[in-house]
Amino acid sequence: MDEDRLTCESDKTVVCLRGITKRFPGVLANDHVDFQLQSGEIHALLGENGAGKSTLVKILYGFYHADAGEILVHGRPVHIRSPRDARALGLGMVFQGFTLIPAMTVAENVALFQAELPRFFSPRELEQSIRAASDQYGLALDPKAPVWQLSIGEQQRVELLKLLLAGARILIFDEPTKVLVPHEVEALFRVFESLRAQGFSIIFITHKLREALSCADRITVMRQGRVVGTLLARAATEESLLHMMFGEKLPEITRSPGSRAPGEVVLELRDVCTRPVGTAPALDHVNLKVRAGEIVGIAGVSGNGQRELGDVVLGLLRIVRGKKFFLGQDATSWSPRQLVRRGIAFVPEDPLSMAVVPGFSTLENFALMDLQAFSKFLGTVMNWGKVRTFFREGFTKLGLSPLPEPVRASTLSGGNLQRLTLVRELSRPYHLVVGLYPTRGLDVRSANAVRQAFLVAREQGKGVLLISEDLQELFSLCDRVLVIFRGRIVGEFRPEEADLTEVGRLMTGAGVLHGS
Amino acid sequence: MNWFLSWISGTILYAAPLLFPTLGEVIEQRAGLVNLGLEGLMLLGASVSFAVSFATQNAWVGVLVAGCVGLLANLIYAWLVVHRQAHQLAAGLALMFFGIGLSALIGKAYVGQMAPVLPKFQPFPSQALLFRYDLLVYVAFLLAPLCWFLLFRTRFGLKLRAVGESPAIAYAAGVSPALVRYIAAATAGILAAIGGAHLAVGITGTWSEGMTAGRGFIAIALVIFSRWDPLRAIIGALLFGSAVVLQLQLQAQGLGISPFLLDMLPYVLTVLVLLIWGRGVRYVAPASLGRVYFGTE
Amino acid sequence: MVLKSTSNRWVWILFRLSLTVVLILGVFGLFLWALGKNPLKAFQDTLRLNLLNPRGLSEVVVRMSPLLLTALGVAVPFRAGLINVGAEGQFLMGALLGTWAAFNIAGLPPALHLVLVLLAGMVGGGLWGAVPGALRALGWVNETITTLLLNYLAPLIVGYFVFGPWRAPELAMYPQTPELPVVPYFPVLPGTRLHLGFFLGLFFLGLYAYMTGRSRWGLELRAVGGNPEAARRLGMPVERWLLAAMVLGGALAGLAGVAEVVAIHGRLKMAVSPGYGFMGFLVNWLAFANPLGILIMSFLLAIIASSGFTLQITQRLPYAAVNVLMALILFVVLAKPFRQGVRR
Repeated sequence: MDEDRLTCESDKTVVCLRGITKRFPGVLANDHVDFQLQSGEIHALLGENGAGKSTLVKILYGFYHADAGEILVHGRPVHIRSPRDARALGLGMVFQGFTLIPAMTVAENVALFQAELPRFFSPRELEQSIRAASDQYGLALDPKAPVWQLSIGEQQRVELLKLLLAGARILIFDEPTKVLVPHEVEALFRVFESLRAQGFSIIFITHKLREALSCADRITVMRQGRVVGTLLARAATEESLLHMMFGEKLPEITRSPGSRAPGEVVLELRDVCTRPVGTAPALDHVNLKVRAGEIVGIAGVSGNGQRELGDVVLGLLRIVRGKKFFLGQDATSWSPRQLVRRGIAFVPEDPLSMAVVPGFSTLENFALMDLQAFSKFLGTVMNWGKVRTFFREGFTKLGLSPLPEPVRASTLSGGNLQRLTLVRELSRPYHLVVGLYPTRGLDVRSANAVRQAFLVAREQGKGVLLISEDLQELFSLCDRVLVIFRGRIVGEFRPEEADLTEVGRLMTGAGVLHGS
Repeated sequence: MNWFLSWISGTILYAAPLLFPTLGEVIEQRAGLVNLGLEGLMLLGASVSFAVSFATQNAWVGVLVAGCVGLLANLIYAWLVVHRQAHQLAAGLALMFFGIGLSALIGKAYVGQMAPVLPKFQPFPSQALLFRYDLLVYVAFLLAPLCWFLLFRTRFGLKLRAVGESPAIAYAAGVSPALVRYIAAATAGILAAIGGAHLAVGITGTWSEGMTAGRGFIAIALVIFSRWDPLRAIIGALLFGSAVVLQLQLQAQGLGISPFLLDMLPYVLTVLVLLIWGRGVRYVAPASLGRVYFGTE
Repeated sequence: MVLKSTSNRWVWILFRLSLTVVLILGVFGLFLWALGKNPLKAFQDTLRLNLLNPRGLSEVVVRMSPLLLTALGVAVPFRAGLINVGAEGQFLMGALLGTWAAFNIAGLPPALHLVLVLLAGMVGGGLWGAVPGALRALGWVNETITTLLLNYLAPLIVGYFVFGPWRAPELAMYPQTPELPVVPYFPVLPGTRLHLGFFLGLFFLGLYAYMTGRSRWGLELRAVGGNPEAARRLGMPVERWLLAAMVLGGALAGLAGVAEVVAIHGRLKMAVSPGYGFMGFLVNWLAFANPLGILIMSFLLAIIASSGFTLQITQRLPYAAVNVLMALILFVVLAKPFRQGVRR
């Protein structure tokens, strides 16, 4: 502990956290955490989800207030009450969700956060100064480009540029690589190195130990709200870090092949093309087959036509070339209604916006599954008794406890909403279930409930099309994984034979041989 | 030829009372507020300017007071939508009712009267009656580039647009969305009322109930047509000014077409404009338009 | 805030409501006072002439009939997530097409003719609602602005006919049509002006309450309004519902128009609507599409409309003054007074 004290007051230490404790209802998120950031280092904060990394940096940035402990910046104790205080101390943080305005240009977005922007400004001068800064830090940004046209990696660099021009010297990144594809991660790490060379100090959060090993100078590992230890990256090995992150037990990625061979083709897309809508890519000669008793995964970086693929399957997006077959019949021009009636279930991300009516009760939302079956006399009378029976049965069948019936959907948690959607969609007679990022943003238990339900569907001989960004999820559930890039299927893998780096290359277009 | 010249001349004159509210609405919508109450604000402006100009025998005083009343009236709207987080469309319609009713009350005594009008002058010496305008017409056309400069070349304009796109991000950048929206609403209130005032004491010199005849709503359509750009608003206002004048001229010619059918021209044109330009405004229309901002927690 | 007992809650609601009413009347009185009128006298007259005598009260109910229908005309699209500000135009087009049917259909038994006239009114309003409905369903133009603009077109079309081809020759002074041939057959409660329109209004209100609350179709309509994205993914024909809601809404407002022409005016003229369409919008906004609320609020606004006429006569105020009163009500309701947290 004496050593810590020494480094805390030493000139090289820019940030020192001592005994930080933060309790949320039910969780001790940070338990007497000590942490030091040295001048000009890249410091990785490594740990599993829920290890308390995010909480710690948010306390440093003034978002949360620690219950106990002290913060020293440049050796002086400080009270950081808000992000504004943090910024005044030269701290800057890049969040997971960006704070950029899509309709504005890079220059305008940066200018908005500049404190010393003149009352009247010339866009040209602004663009020049931003271009200069962008070149200085190796960010390669076009100041004139509207942000909505930028890739996620570029948007992240705009966020960074905002902080740099606002005078931040200590940079914090909350899981910066989560949204990036492999080659963008490499580019980001090169930026980190160039910043380090110019004297900036960097903290970045990650749960991927290879990233920590490849880029950081020092690594602090957290587990269950505590710091397990800090070590030099040079001295660390994968095994030692894994041991620190998880303790004795290592999590296993288990694959669970289906117990029976896939059957008939449920869904087939043959050379399907669509027209581009807005900035989203069009599907380009997509070929795809989903058989009964098979889970087919679609991997890809968000925004490469996954949503469009889902919409095509559901009949919401018009097919301009090619054919779609459902249960052997030509379904190219079927309406969504016909497809739903013939047996397509749909489990989206964010059910509140895509699957349930917020103002309806859980029971009413459930009734939307098949209004015709639940009503009598030309639809003038609803048979609520029947709805209730199906509602309860649906939950029991999936091994879930039924949600209360009269509760408004808008008051349910994300996990419960997804359970409601899942039960509703899988209660009707269906042959194919389409999951569009169905576990995104869910807590672990709810996500597992969704995955479990998909496995059960496969056991029952249904076809499953699972669109996801989570490679681990795809490779543990699916029988086949297709990779989509800019509206094209660019590769197909069996999970047991797959090489993740190859998949990553394909997802980013690096592996497309006949690039257009 | 003479007919053509007077058409052009009249177009510019009739574009002005549309340009004022359109510019005001552009600023307001750029800050994220849809205000359907323009019609009411214009009527208030028209009736107040007429009453004051009648009482003081000075049209400029009328315009000035109208501007102040417009400002105050639109602050009601701003308070409702900013502080009480009311539905913007409903609050705008409430303002419309308010303006229609109050202007009728104010104007009751002045129906059929004449008030002094703004002095007219010509930018260049030429034929007697063409291209003679009051100062407000020149102001209107100068105001458009000024608004453009404000929105796209000043720090305040940047902040205002940021509020219109995302109040939360603007707040994170140290901007107060509430303050910006109040300022935008105040400006729009003044401009809309001056637009109405120009109709009453600039063009007609009379007051009649509902005399703005839906110009407030046409202005809102023009905002969409102009893609929230003050410079394009000039084109829109001229287009509609020309439709109004054409209709007046056709009536004067006595072509035997019912005046009611001719009166339909500007509205039909507006609907057509909306049909052609009202689509695909993503990344053009301010993103937070019409949404209630509940503040950052 | 959670209150312990329901009776307590009702007392609180009533207290809030009466305070709101006092506030609104106070501000309106202030306006009257500022204009040199005597507000107390004005309120007294209004009360005496409209509520405290049977004749006045029946007149209030007469004004309630078009309001019920126009409010429903706003409420049905509202349930589908649409803001129909065009009931005024739909009302007038209903009146117009109903008038056309009255003059141009001949040789039928009177009762059947009357039914056709009413249906024609619904078609007229429905068509006028179909235009913004279709434009919205196609995703081209937002319905709020189009319905507003169409409000300005409708009176011009009516004007064209009553000043032009349909103008009654015998009364050259007034631009209006001759009396509609179906007028004598329109059922009216003897001794009053209370007519079939009121009962049609009640009937449609009941139908609306049942259908939106209990039927499959109402559930589907509300699902489309509550989350169109989800409705689409559940296989509901969202675009068709949007169009249907606007057509239905327009038809109800149009029915109000034709009933008003036949029962009250007997002929089509420019002044068939003292803003019933706009008032219907207000009713729906105050009631938030709740059937019981629509009933109560139409009654309230019918009082206001009647008061408008009273004030016109006794205080020589323009009828448009009621707009100020309506605006004040809307201001107060939108400001949500006596509520601490206005957050969702």
